[in-house]
Amino acid sequence: MHTAALLIELGAVIFGLGLVGRLAGRLGISPVPLYLLAGLAFGAGGVVPLNAPEGFLDAASEIGVVMLLLLLGLEYSAGDLLGNLRRQAPVGVLDLLLNGLPGAAFGLLLGFGPVGALAMFGITAVSSSGIVAKVLADLGRLGNRETPSVLGILVLEDLGMAVYLPILTAVLAASGVWEATGSVLIALACLAVALVVALRWGSVISKFVSGGSGEVTLLRVLGLALLVAGVAEQLHVSAAVGAFLLGISLSNDLAPEAHHRLEPLRDLFAAVFFVSFGLSTDPSSLPPVLLPALVLVVVGVVTKLVTGWVAARRAGIAVPGRIRAGAALIPRGEFSIVIAGLATAAGVDARLAALAAAYVLVMAVLGPVLARFADPWARAYVRRQREKAATTAR
Amino acid sequence: MDLEETKLPGVGLRHDFTTARGRRIGVISTRGGERELLVYSQDDPDACHAVVDLDGDEAEVLAELLGQPRVIERLARLREQIEGLATEGIYLEDSSPYVGKTLGDAAIRSRTGASVVALVRNGEVVPSPAPSQQFSSGDKIVVVGTQEGVRATAELLHNG
Repeated sequence: MHTAALLIELGAVIFGLGLVGRLAGRLGISPVPLYLLAGLAFGAGGVVPLNAPEGFLDAASEIGVVMLLLLLGLEYSAGDLLGNLRRQAPVGVLDLLLNGLPGAAFGLLLGFGPVGALAMFGITAVSSSGIVAKVLADLGRLGNRETPSVLGILVLEDLGMAVYLPILTAVLAASGVWEATGSVLIALACLAVALVVALRWGSVISKFVSGGSGEVTLLRVLGLALLVAGVAEQLHVSAAVGAFLLGISLSNDLAPEAHHRLEPLRDLFAAVFFVSFGLSTDPSSLPPVLLPALVLVVVGVVTKLVTGWVAARRAGIAVPGRIRAGAALIPRGEFSIVIAGLATAAGVDARLAALAAAYVLVMAVLGPVLARFADPWARAYVRRQREKAATTAR
Repeated sequence: MDLEETKLPGVGLRHDFTTARGRRIGVISTRGGERELLVYSQDDPDACHAVVDLDGDEAEVLAELLGQPRVIERLARLREQIEGLATEGIYLEDSSPYVGKTLGDAAIRSRTGASVVALVRNGEVVPSPAPSQQFSSGDKIVVVGTQEGVRATAELLHNG
């Protein structure tokens, strides 16, 4: 009886996500906010509470985070990361501070405590590289000259998260100030070792998992990712970061093959992760945080616009391109949810999850809309400038 | 012409350049093998006016189409590079006995030792024409071979 209930409810959830994803495609937005909404609708206090597949969904959503970060790591080679760091480090720091500090301030104002404030810092700091890259591709902006700056910021944010997540996990797990400091130091030391291993011996790790049929490659890469993630979690470096670093060290000859094999799995498990975050959030907790979320949205839009403006100006881009770069950076998404998930699991104020959900919902929908809006605006701006130049010439 | 290369992390590589007449164009090569043809806007040089997505095959066809007239240019250069090798574009006149006949009928290779590598008709290039390729008057037949072979081919095409 239990198996039947599990299969029926799980099947209904996954099929429902497929329908929702199709709708998102039609509307031209990312499916992430719709997955969240679907989760909110069916979770605790929702329309139809689900009980049977809870254990499976929990495990699958853990795997979802690991897959998200593993594939993100696969996108970048160590050379890409270091090259970007060297060129754009000041913009990366500005980006994280400008966007993270308002979130942290809000966390303190709302009484989430210092740990909650640290989590809020991360939630508001990072754009969603998945949504941003998709928006740029959809709008035909990959060739634009401001795009390398935008992608560069995304890379730095991802790298920043590789440092931030272990710190957050260590702080979440620790009880006192001293213990927290100790575990942060241990986590950072592990991270440094892992980065050096990834940079130096990445090809050895690749050799270890390459060769053989597609099936065995899939099993070896997935198995290794879960192993590394598990060990990282044990060391309080966070499973996500372990997977990200493994992804980076595998990002050479093996990457296209691994990417191709793992992408469908990532799509499945990541969707489960988003829906399961929604499931664990009580919809009735949303209205009280709606107002702060909206204020945070306004602040977040402005700070990302500033970040994009500065980054594009450094690259010698004109005003329309600067606005386009800023608008493209606005969407927040998977990382914010990952952070909120970590924080709620560790017992930080329950309102934080609700606030993060509301924030990501609005941002993930608003971001692509604003990015689209930047195009006609830029054209109008260019036309006005030309007319002005024509009148002065006369 | 300065070809600029830009890394697009997570996407691939972008190459672009400005033409002599001031238009900026480029190509994005994604790691999946797809290509995007970029035409930059004249008003806003940072933005693309048009972006065309091409899969691997389509990109190859486009490259071939754009590269073809250069086959002949390259042949001309080849002649300078390899001593003793001659290239010539021979026009087929109305009076030629081979108007309406095929490349196979002329049996150029076995009779002169020279090879027909391309045919130019109304500005369009037919590279490596098949023996069934028909000649019509006004075709430019591009021949490669020794000096004598090429001369013999011209003779053959004029007088039979």
